[in-house]
Amino acid sequence: MIKTTNGATALAETAKNCEPEVVAGYPITPTTHVVEEMNRYYANGETKSFIAVESEFSALSALIGGAAAGARTFTATGSQGLLLMHEVLFCSSGMRLPIVMVVGNRSVSAPLSIWNDEQDSVSQRDTGWIQLYAKNNQEASDALIQAYFIAEKTFIPVMVCVDGHFLTHTTEQVDIPSKDEIKRFLPPFKPMVTLDPDQPLSMGVYAAPAYYQEFRMDLHSDLEKSAAVISDAGKRFGQVFGRSYGLVEEYHVKDAKEVLVGLGSAMENVKAAVDEMRKQGKKVGALHVRVLRPFPREELRRILSGKHVGVIDRALSPGAQPPLFTEIVEALQGTSSTVSSFFGALGGRTLKIQESKQLFEKMSKGKALKEWITVTVEKNEAEIETC
Amino acid sequence: MSQQSEMHLFAPGHSGCPGCAPSTVLIHVVDTLGKDIIVVNATGCMEITSSQYPHSAWRVPYIHSLFENAPAVASGISAALKAKGNHHTKVVVIAGDGSTYDIAFGSLSGMLERGDDVIYCCYDNELYANTGVQKSGATPIGAATTTSQAGKVHHGKEKERKPIVEIAAAHNIPYAASASIAFVADFQAKLKKAAQISGSKFITVNAPCALGAGFDGSISMKVARLAVQSRMWFLFEYENGFFKLNFNPKVAKPVAEYMQLQKRFRHLTPEEIEKIQKLCDHHYIEMLERQKASDAKKIVFDAVTQPPSTPPASPSAPAAPKT
Repeated sequence: MIKTTNGATALAETAKNCEPEVVAGYPITPTTHVVEEMNRYYANGETKSFIAVESEFSALSALIGGAAAGARTFTATGSQGLLLMHEVLFCSSGMRLPIVMVVGNRSVSAPLSIWNDEQDSVSQRDTGWIQLYAKNNQEASDALIQAYFIAEKTFIPVMVCVDGHFLTHTTEQVDIPSKDEIKRFLPPFKPMVTLDPDQPLSMGVYAAPAYYQEFRMDLHSDLEKSAAVISDAGKRFGQVFGRSYGLVEEYHVKDAKEVLVGLGSAMENVKAAVDEMRKQGKKVGALHVRVLRPFPREELRRILSGKHVGVIDRALSPGAQPPLFTEIVEALQGTSSTVSSFFGALGGRTLKIQESKQLFEKMSKGKALKEWITVTVEKNEAEIETC
Repeated sequence: MSQQSEMHLFAPGHSGCPGCAPSTVLIHVVDTLGKDIIVVNATGCMEITSSQYPHSAWRVPYIHSLFENAPAVASGISAALKAKGNHHTKVVVIAGDGSTYDIAFGSLSGMLERGDDVIYCCYDNELYANTGVQKSGATPIGAATTTSQAGKVHHGKEKERKPIVEIAAAHNIPYAASASIAFVADFQAKLKKAAQISGSKFITVNAPCALGAGFDGSISMKVARLAVQSRMWFLFEYENGFFKLNFNPKVAKPVAEYMQLQKRFRHLTPEEIEKIQKLCDHHYIEMLERQKASDAKKIVFDAVTQPPSTPPASPSAPAAPKT
């Protein structure tokens, strides 16, 4: 059903329609509304549980318990909340529990900022979770439904990353499938094993050096293999709902000389810049990395070989090259591509159409660039109070 | 032996030390509560020694996640069971005092405040044993550990332990108790009672660590018994807000008798031991006062909450106090 709503509310309704049995929630801007909505559903008897935990650490821990007991699970967080979960992220993927979580991307402290960049989730890329990114709220809602499909097929947890404020607090039209419609795509959750007194087993056991690495090797190779499941989910979703998804989304890339590559909502502005520049006859393109983990290395290599690729990182690795840039450079090793790095647009700044056009202009000179994205923000804009 | 061991839901063959009292706690917890339980174990000795891949000593469903999240994991399991319409399987947390008093304290408090349907059992050996004997929030005053060392200036732990049962009870949970592995009937009765109550239940059971406290594993139960007999450890419970001191001999053993068995107290001077003796005496008086106050409260509570069995015989009969 098409609704005009903000991203947080759309995501909560989508989550509810996926019928999670165990929901835990802790408030944090910008996903507080998701948690509040989930509680409203619970208060009205529309969902089976709501655990009002005392921290994000406990939110994800409660989902470990829920998933281990065979329940479909849900929570939402971002920024400090996601960082607080860091240890539990490793634990939940290591235990192969198909947990699904919405991340409202927000910058991390210090200094404190409640605004958007992608440092929080990008910093979790080594935790063994699948990471899906969305450019708009329709994609976010669709990714959430697919997340359950993927997690429950691969037994790898999935985080759906949605830019805080730019998406969570932005009202758009979103087609939110009903419970029955979702059932046409998403089969019931059938855990491989569960905590059952009739069939006792031990989960989360200690592994000595003779075994530890084999567990990690399995997780690594299964993460790599999950790319096929993610692609399949994107296609099947299209068959049911008419909106298909791949690991990456190309926009006028085929004949483009310069391509800007990045994650999340900023890529909508890049696409708009591509439209404007194409009108002027400039061969530019955009590529949205929809799946950061597993990293779609082969697709990127196939699609971007020979082009001038400008990688946008709205997350840093202080003291080193930015994360997405580094991985794309590795993916394009040995090709004739030129790779430029544009990093910044942090803490509530984003890449707007004008700046995107400027980046394309700079890239058109052919040289590999490494520079900050310095989007200026009106001071009073930065002082706006939030919820 | 094999026949005997087959009876236990916590099997032999785990790698606990000889004379490990916490391992005995596990046997009593699972044997008393039976097969229809799910055990949530915090990281610690009892996890490492019981579930080393590819082995497991657990004959009941078991999950270990992290050091500081067992209460939250239990909350999630409890919610899942309810969502699936399972109202009979009990969720039981087994965690050491390092987890309970310290690193999972927030998680525990959250679970108790929410009142999630979980039996929380802390095996309280009064230190971090798994990492090699460090002080925890449960370490008694005076005890030397590797992070409360007995040196020239500082003589072991300088502050008393947290009153964890009182803290748990202060969350207004229906049941919170202190037990000892040397008083098995009392411990089992407490577990059985907890199993009959819905909501959050908290039991901490004193189970000394031979390695950590510095005594031979053959006298673990003797040390545990002396802790209670010397009033270094009390057996008590809070049930629906009412207090009960479960063990109250007229004459206590001197704390020195308990302390002299353990290396962790060897450095203490007679004056320091005397100070600790006074603290124990003080706590004993507190226990008695608490019992008196609770008994008085019970009388008022019964009068206020129990309606008169028959209507007043005459207008002159005193009316029952209104609630």
